[in-house]
This record gives sequence, structure tokens and C-alpha cells, in this order.
Amino acid sequence: MKTSGKSSMLKRVGSRSAYGKRKAGFPGNRRLATTVLLVLTVCFLAAVTIMGYFWQEEAVRTDFSRKNLPPCVLYPFGTDWMGRDMFMRTITGLSFSIRIGLLTAAVSAGIAFFSGLAAVVMGKLVNDLVLLFIDVVMGIPHMLLLILISFACGRGFWGVVAGIAFTHWASLARLIRGEVLQLKQSQYVKIAERLGKSRRYIAFCHLAPNLISQFVTGLILLFPHAILHEASITFLGFGLSPEKPAIGIILAESMKYLAMGKWWIALFPGLFLVVVVLLFHYAGQSVCRLIDPGSVHE
Amino acid sequence: MRLEAKGLSFCYERAGRQILKSVSLALEDGERVGLMAPSGYGKTTLCKILAGYESADCGEVLLDGKPLKEYRGYCPVQMVWQHPELSVNPRRRLKTVLSEGDFPAQNDGLQSHIEQELGILEEWKERYPSEVSGGELQRFCIARALGERTQILIADEITTMLDLVTQAQIWDFLLKETGKRGIGLIAVSHSPELLSKICHRVLKLDETNI
Amino acid sequence: MDTSGKVILEVRKLSVAFEQYGRGLKRKVIHAVEDLSLTVSEREIVAVVGSSGSGKSLLAHAIMGILPYNAAMNGELLFEGRMLDGELLRQVRGKELVLVPQSVSYLDPLMKAGRQVTKGRKDEESRKRCRDILSRYGLDKEAEGKYPFQLSGGMTRRILISTAVIEQPRLVIADEPTPGLHPEAARRVMEHFKEIAKGGAGVLLITHDLELALLTADRVVVLYGGRAIEEAQAAAFSDESQLKHPYTKALCRSMPQNWDPSGDRLCVSGEILAYMRKEYGR
Repeated sequence: MKTSGKSSMLKRVGSRSAYGKRKAGFPGNRRLATTVLLVLTVCFLAAVTIMGYFWQEEAVRTDFSRKNLPPCVLYPFGTDWMGRDMFMRTITGLSFSIRIGLLTAAVSAGIAFFSGLAAVVMGKLVNDLVLLFIDVVMGIPHMLLLILISFACGRGFWGVVAGIAFTHWASLARLIRGEVLQLKQSQYVKIAERLGKSRRYIAFCHLAPNLISQFVTGLILLFPHAILHEASITFLGFGLSPEKPAIGIILAESMKYLAMGKWWIALFPGLFLVVVVLLFHYAGQSVCRLIDPGSVHE
Repeated sequence: MRLEAKGLSFCYERAGRQILKSVSLALEDGERVGLMAPSGYGKTTLCKILAGYESADCGEVLLDGKPLKEYRGYCPVQMVWQHPELSVNPRRRLKTVLSEGDFPAQNDGLQSHIEQELGILEEWKERYPSEVSGGELQRFCIARALGERTQILIADEITTMLDLVTQAQIWDFLLKETGKRGIGLIAVSHSPELLSKICHRVLKLDETNI
Repeated sequence: MDTSGKVILEVRKLSVAFEQYGRGLKRKVIHAVEDLSLTVSEREIVAVVGSSGSGKSLLAHAIMGILPYNAAMNGELLFEGRMLDGELLRQVRGKELVLVPQSVSYLDPLMKAGRQVTKGRKDEESRKRCRDILSRYGLDKEAEGKYPFQLSGGMTRRILISTAVIEQPRLVIADEPTPGLHPEAARRVMEHFKEIAKGGAGVLLITHDLELALLTADRVVVLYGGRAIEEAQAAAFSDESQLKHPYTKALCRSMPQNWDPSGDRLCVSGEILAYMRKEYGR
């Protein structure tokens, strides 16, 4: 097209090259790029989870012939004062965190979805109740409520799961409730009401499909919170039992050894926790970009 | 059925602006009435009150002598809106729009008859609202509103945003269908020519009612 | 009509395509405008008429150089005989070449109407011109001091037109200037465009309302599926036999004034849609 010379004027749109050469004329397939990165992220997280699951035995094996080794080829994250391989301990701890995160985020998001929907659809009493619960949960400092619930449920695995699941749903529930309130004012919902459709039909056929993007994004963005809170509560000693190779336990134990110059015991587990949390955050934002109607053509 | 509005008044809560002031009108069985009014008169609000979407601050809407509010479930007065893209759920395929209409299984012929007369193609039904044109979408909305129990149809500028050919086709269908089934019709439009061609009588609502 | 006037805008074989994601990861290219050619001369109103999705708004955006980022265009645009490239566009846009936008939301909600018309200038001359123009459109001093939300639909359109014509443009592009207006108000807005044309400028009127276009324009270009299927004098629409394309003939028959309510059908036109879908694929 460019070769046709003076008579043809090609106007560029933005900084991109001209129409006609289809590949060059449009921005690259951002959706494809996002999807590929998303799949890589998910693969990495899945690999950590699965590897950690199978290394549970290895991670607690003590061997005093290799204690306090700094990072080397054989033990990339070093070993601790009992000769345990810190790489395996870190991966196992993260695996544990991710599995707890998955479970609690799913339960939390489920509670949020149904309470947010019910608040609007099921009438004033339910609405007031849901709002009351949201205010209670959001009014008490997060960590305090988490410790209380975990303690009341007897600590350990189920204590942590209950604690995180029952403290993290409130803000998503509030978001979904707001969205439903707005959707309920839309013309098509009002038309369905005049067509004599039941509340259940409207809730599940009209409202629910429009909430999927908020729900999925909210669900994924709950992971990092759940994982960090699991680590913190375990660090503080109200969570998982000390013999479990959890990140919180590792970090709590490392405190004693940090002062003695054994930096690797805290650094790598801490760094990996941050990496995993950031990856979840990135995955959440990618999914949000892919399914949000506002940016769907980007 | 006979639709009667007696002394309807309405004002918006927040603004406190009076939209309608004691409006009365009556629609006889099977009658087609056109409504014309200056912009800002509140035609859409009036339509919404007549179809039961809103309730008036004072005055009442009677359907065969019984207040419209007392009709539970399917409302015999159905309304078609000006913007079809707002009247359908953007996340659902178009076949669900038709399935919302009142087309009971034992009266199978009604739905296919309406689809055929409105020119709704099979292939459109699998699409999402953003994948068809406004005219095609409005056909679905009209089909949905013409279910078995519909007695009165309120058309609020339903063809204003459409092209002339589609407009003619839609009104041609509506005249035949409402005539055949004895459905009463209230049509709102800016165009006096259009209303004079399709309606038995045209009501001009003016400033005195504001 | 005035064919002797100098050609102000010439569009030669304009195509606009944009790319969208389909379901999943596939992308599809939508050819929104294809091979569109038209001219606008001084003292002339040319109407481009098409239904939604016919690509008529993209035409305006292509001329003004404000296409969305996922669009690409091809073809030639000549403004007063010169190529309308990036540099010339920067020179003339908002001055000799102006757009009266479709929606009221193009006004700054936090700025008084008068300031928007003078584009923020406060000197005596600008203010005087602003008052002249506003009074020409029947807007008093009071309207000048109002914010957009305090204005009625018709007043807002007149403010939008005033903002455009204060620079004494050579070409005014009006993108759907009338929806939401009462017919009376719409007709008044159209009168303003006629005055602009009388003053020597060219007007490109983009609308979906054929009846309104026929009241105002000298020539009408009918757009369907991104292509210009017919260009005719406005007067030709009063007699179907002067039109060539079957779709334009059907449009002509479909005008409510030509309906026959006592007959078997209001008018014979519906079949054309199936024909057009087959021919143009949409």
C-alpha cells in the first residue's frame, strides 16, 4: 500500500502502521499474551502445590550430618539447625499455604456470593441480617477475629480454615450486594418481573450471569489475603501445629537463627511467599482483564 | 380488556419535580390509541405507570374495573421500550428472551407464528445481544411482550431508533397481530404521520397536564 | 443545490476496519466502512443516512482523526484540495474543520456554557462574539451562565453548535445532532445548519433519520453495511422511480406518509431486508 506513492495517503491510527497489512495494522493479540502468561503462572503454582504434597515426608527428615549448611548446589536454600532441607521445607510450606488458600478463598467467596445475592433478592429482613454480619466482621480488627475463631475451633488445620473463611467474605459480599442492587434496577430485570417471573428465576438467570466476573476476580484476589493471613496466624502461634512445615512456622523458628547470621533460613521462605502472593495477584488481574466487559477488546 | 387511568399524578422523589398532573385516559377493548406529547412531558413515566412498572402518587390504573396492582404474576399489560439493547440481558443468548415470553407448551403455534411474522431467523437465537442489530433485537423484545395472556400492549417509541424499513415491517406486524387477537395498543411516537396511519385516535397531551 | 461551489471535502475510497475479539482468543476484523467516496462543496448540506451499525459515525471519526485505537483506515481525504494528513489535521481541526458531536456528554460538566463556547478565553472580543452567536441561536445571557446540567436538550444542542461555529469553520460535521429532541426542536436545529451552509460553509450531516435529512439536505448518501449504496438529490426521494437501488426504493416506500393502512400491508418493503442480508452479509 505504501508503494503506491503520493496519490495514496495512509493515515496512521495511534502509532501503529497502516491498514491493509492486517498483522501490522492492529495491536498485537494482547488477549493471547495475557492468557499465555496466566497459564504459565497457574502451572508454576500447581507445580509448587503438587511437589510440596509429595515432599511432606522429606521436608521433616532430620540429618545432623548436614546441619546449618548455607545455600549450595545440593541444597539451594541451605539447611537448618536440624539438617532439614530448606528448599523442600519451603515448597512444602507453600504447598500447604496454597491448599489452605484455595479452600478458604472458595468458601469465603461462596459465602459472599450467596449472602450478597440473598440480601437484595430475599427481602428486607435478610438484607438487614447480611448487613449486620458484614458490619460485625468488618468492624472487628481482622487479625483479632481470625485468632478468636481459630482458637475457638481448636486451632490446627480446621481452626485456620474456619478463621480465614469466616473473616474474608465481607468485603466481597458488600461488592456483590452493590452490584445486585444496581442490576435489579435494570430494564430487563423489571421486564422479567412484569412477565411474572419468580425471584429465584431472576436471581439465577438474570443476576447471577452478570456477577460471574466480579465473583471470579474476587475469588482469585482472596487467595493472597488468605495465604498471608494463614502465614501470620501460624507465625503468631495460633494456627497450625509446630511440627507442620508451614511458612509461618518456618519464619517463626528462623527468628532465633537470624541473629546468628543464618540469613538463608528466613530469606528464601519469605521471598517465595511474596512471589507466590504476587503471582496470585497477577493471575487475578489477568482474569479480570479477560472477562471484564469494559476491557474485553483490549 | 378495557384499560382506564384516572387522575394520575407523579413526581420524582429526589427532584420533587412534578412529572404528571392528573392525567386520565381510557382504552377500549382492542382499541389502538396514539399518544403525542412535547419532550419532557413524561411520556415514558406515564407508560411505566400504565404497565405497572411504577405506581402513581395519586390516581389509579384500572384493568376491566380492577386495579392493575391486584393482578399477580403475569401482567396482562405489557410494555415494549425504546432501547431494545437495555431490555435484554447482555449475558444471555437471544433464545432466552423468547423463552421468557408467555408461550405455554400447549399453544405451540403462537410462538412460531410470531417469530415467523416478525422475521426472526433461527440463527439469531444462538447469538448474544451485542451480535445483532437494534432492529433485530427489537423484534425479540416485541415477540416476548406478545405472549398468550397479553391483553394490552404499550409501545413507547419502539421504532424511533430503527431504520424505516424495519419500522414499517414491525408496525405492519403489530397491526395484524393486535387486530387478530383483539389486543389493545397504546403507541407513543414523535411522528404524527405514523400515529395517524396506525391508530384509531390520537391523544395530544399538553402543558395543561404538567 | 449548488454544484458550482468549491469542493471543501473530498473522501476517496475510504475504508475503516477495526478488530475485535470474538469468543475465546480469536480476533476478527470488521470492515465497518468500505470504499466510501463522497464530496461536500461550500454552501451545501450533504446527509449521510444509515441505520445503526452502518458505519456512519466512523466516517465522522475518520475525518476528524479520532478513530478508536483498534481501528485502521485506508483511503484519501482531501480538505480544500489538500491531503488531510496528520499535520494539516492539527492545523484545521477545531478551527476550519469542526465536529458537532452526538452526545451532550461532550460538554464539560463543570464549565459554564458561555466559557465552553469561547473555549475559556475571557477577552472582550471573544465574549462579544460568543454573545452574538448565542443570541443568533436564541440563547440569552442567562443561558451563558448556566452549567450543562441546567440546560434542556434543545439548548444543549444549540450550545454544541455555537462551540463549533464560533471559529467560522469551512466544514461542519454534525454527528446525529437530533436524537432525543422533539420534532419541532429538531427542525429548529436543522434550520441552524441551513444557515451555516448559507454562510458559505459545507455541512456533512450524519443521521439515521431519513425524513429529517430530506427536510434539510441538498444531497443524500444512503449507507448500508459500511457501503454507500446510493447517492441522490433530496428531491429524488419524493419519486421512487428516480432512485436506483432497491433498498433506497424500499426506504422511500417505508416512510409513514406513504403507508396504506387500509391495504393488505402497510407497504411493500420487508423482503428487501432478506435480500440485503444476502447481498451485504449483514
